[in-house]
Amino acid sequence: MRVVVTDVVFRYPSGVQALAGVSLEIAAGEAVAIIGENGAGKTTLARHLNGLLRPQQGRVLIGDWDTREHTVAQLAHRVGYVFQNPDDQLFERTVRRELAFGPRNLGRSEAEIQAAVARTLAKLGLDALAESHPYDLSLAQRRLVAMAAVLAMETPIVVLDEPTTGQDAAGTALLGRVIADLRAEGRTVIVISHDMDFVAEHFPRLIVMADGRILADGPTEAVLAQTGLLAQAQIDPPQLVRLAAALGLPGIPTTVDAFLALWARARATGGLDRV
Amino acid sequence: MKRPTVIAIEHLTYTYPATERPALRDLSLTIPAGQFCAVLGANGAGKSTLCYALAGFVPHFYRGRMEGRVMVAGHDIAATPPSALVGLVGLVFANPFNQITGACYTVREEVAFGLENLGVPPAEMEPRIAQALAVTGLTDLADRSPFALSGGQQQRLALAAVLAMQPQVLVLDEPTSQLDPAGTREVFAVLGALAARHHTTVVLVSQALEWVATYADRVIVLAEGRLVADGAPTDVLTRPEMETWGVGATRYTQAARRGQAQGLAPTDRPLPVTLPQAVAFWS
Repeated sequence: MRVVVTDVVFRYPSGVQALAGVSLEIAAGEAVAIIGENGAGKTTLARHLNGLLRPQQGRVLIGDWDTREHTVAQLAHRVGYVFQNPDDQLFERTVRRELAFGPRNLGRSEAEIQAAVARTLAKLGLDALAESHPYDLSLAQRRLVAMAAVLAMETPIVVLDEPTTGQDAAGTALLGRVIADLRAEGRTVIVISHDMDFVAEHFPRLIVMADGRILADGPTEAVLAQTGLLAQAQIDPPQLVRLAAALGLPGIPTTVDAFLALWARARATGGLDRV
Repeated sequence: MKRPTVIAIEHLTYTYPATERPALRDLSLTIPAGQFCAVLGANGAGKSTLCYALAGFVPHFYRGRMEGRVMVAGHDIAATPPSALVGLVGLVFANPFNQITGACYTVREEVAFGLENLGVPPAEMEPRIAQALAVTGLTDLADRSPFALSGGQQQRLALAAVLAMQPQVLVLDEPTSQLDPAGTREVFAVLGALAARHHTTVVLVSQALEWVATYADRVIVLAEGRLVADGAPTDVLTRPEMETWGVGATRYTQAARRGQAQGLAPTDRPLPVTLPQAVAFWS
């Protein structure tokens, strides 16, 4: 399902102008990462996608729905939004009930709900915790439960606000697989993240925000090549991109294999004289 | 120059109430004054529990069963009321949203809150607040409500509030998890300077391996509540067991290791953890 954001302006009641005219289009099935410094407006933009916030100027279309003409409950059929702070989201007595809450509110049948819950528990490795109280779990586990509760709604669009926060290597690898699965199912995935290595490996398109505006939007390699712009947005490029630049390699490697291929090619063509 | 020991943990085993499996098992560790010690490990390895034990939340707040002893700056934590530890040990929580008091109208007041409770005179508070705001990049937001901050800005505020108290021992549980990359790098630089110049003892839980390797003096690894590795950052971070322990490796280490396996990289050089090391490795 397509997302179209047109000239959106939003100012909080405190007076903080969080979005100063943002436009973007995300096609059905795209995987997009939004990056940028703290306070750039990333979360405010994400909250416009499920109607938690409505544009004061401009328009947000989710498929053919204008978010100003639909309730948050209606938009929940189309957009699943995982909060940055899991404790804003979790309230049930068990992990299983937490996962069933969303699909039940979407009006799914009991059989559909149980199937979605079972699928999602397995996908996020939460089977053993299904009967646990969410608040007996660690913060990293609560984050996974919060994500599972949204994924169980099986919405065509999924928005994840800083999903790698506090995850260990295994948790981050799990998130990578979850995102790959969502993409394989044709769902639209929009992620906010500061983990540049993770973003480079899993997202073909990057949007850079600063001061409530979009500074850059394009294929990941092309955006990561704009070093001056990234510095302006307080973004350090991913480790391998910095290494390639320091070695004088001509390219933007987003994965370990891409770096090794770039290295092998440069060595074969004698392009490493400057090293 | 040998520095005095500030943290001495002796055979600490701790089990949370209503659980059977200890969160920490027979942990012994000493940390000298002014050392920057990073704590790594998989989720559930006991990292946060170690932080709580250093700040007295274990056992005073969480209760549970504790064996062994935790000494911080000469105080036996289990025998010291939390109020007596406040000026000594500063703890930055993993979830910054839990740390904002909700009792302050502005960012500046929030940073002042801890100092007021310590009875710091106003004339001394001003420069300490200004400095804490400056190093966390919040100076321009000083008059904003804490609840009008973004998630990452709230995390900066949680850190500023603890820095302003200038504790002798700083315990930080993933304080940069929601910061932008430049902010993360800056916080590490500040912590490194506090340890080096002011002899603040820093115990930091973090997943930011590149900056841990750059700034920490020492890395310890916990797995299932036990201390499984302890040493210089580069040595510990390039150990093959880091995958088993759930810590992983920087992309620099991963690329070098895979390059060696594919015959693309030299095998007679130490594996890199940081950018300068990686440049030297491939050059």
